[in-house]
Amino acid sequence: MADLIFVAMMVVTVGSAILALEADEIIYGAIGLAGSLFGVATLFFLLDAPYVAVFQIAVYIGAVAVLILFTVMLVRQEKWAKEVPATSLTRLAGILTGLAVFIALASATIASNLSQFSTITNNATFVDIGVLISTGDAPILLVLGLVLAASVVGALTLSRADKEENAK
Amino acid sequence: MNTLSDFVLVSAMLFGIGIYGLVTKRNALRLLFAVELMINAANLNFVAFGQYLPSLGTTAGSSTNAVGQTFVLFSIALAAAEAAVILAIVVVAYRLHKDVDVSELKSMEG
Repeated sequence: MADLIFVAMMVVTVGSAILALEADEIIYGAIGLAGSLFGVATLFFLLDAPYVAVFQIAVYIGAVAVLILFTVMLVRQEKWAKEVPATSLTRLAGILTGLAVFIALASATIASNLSQFSTITNNATFVDIGVLISTGDAPILLVLGLVLAASVVGALTLSRADKEENAK
Repeated sequence: MNTLSDFVLVSAMLFGIGIYGLVTKRNALRLLFAVELMINAANLNFVAFGQYLPSLGTTAGSSTNAVGQTFVLFSIALAAAEAAVILAIVVVAYRLHKDVDVSELKSMEG
């Protein structure tokens, strides 16, 4: 049963990722990205990491994917839909590079002994994560808070600078 | 039963698709999608290795190791900040140039 769910979620994740990049309209691409992020979240559930999975759904699908969707919808114009299609040479180069990276990683994985690990040994609970965040990793959390604040201020400044430019 | 290598292979697939997108696409939003897919591939690896491999060190007051999951929480938050900044840049570039094709945005070229 777990294997069936894993295969289904793998298909959803990889298929939605391809849709995100290859959909004709960028808005369908954004929906495909959300589907792929959801697929990864279900893989986190299968890995016995429900806290990370819920965090992924809340932050990635609830915030990032919706932010992208709103950005596309608010400034939707003909130009967004009219992407210059990649030349066949660029497309071929992209497919070959992507395949080469995948084959290199996959052959390294198959050659290694990673398939020996079949049972989840570390099922850390919320408490373990909370303890780690509030003790050893507390400085990282503080720096991350500052980075988030800086990014929000940066994004607001960018849009404000643009308004001032338009006013001139 | 799924093994660690199954998850690593899915992650490699996602990473390969992200590389394909970075090489072929010129639309700034598609590039953002490709980068997000690659970040997710890395996150999946972090959680998979953290859950399957035997714990070397232990968290204070606990016998399990939550480092992999904790790192992914930080990574997701950082990716959200990155997406917000990139979208702001994309919107400004669109207002200034009426286009989000990165090959057309040449005003910052050295």
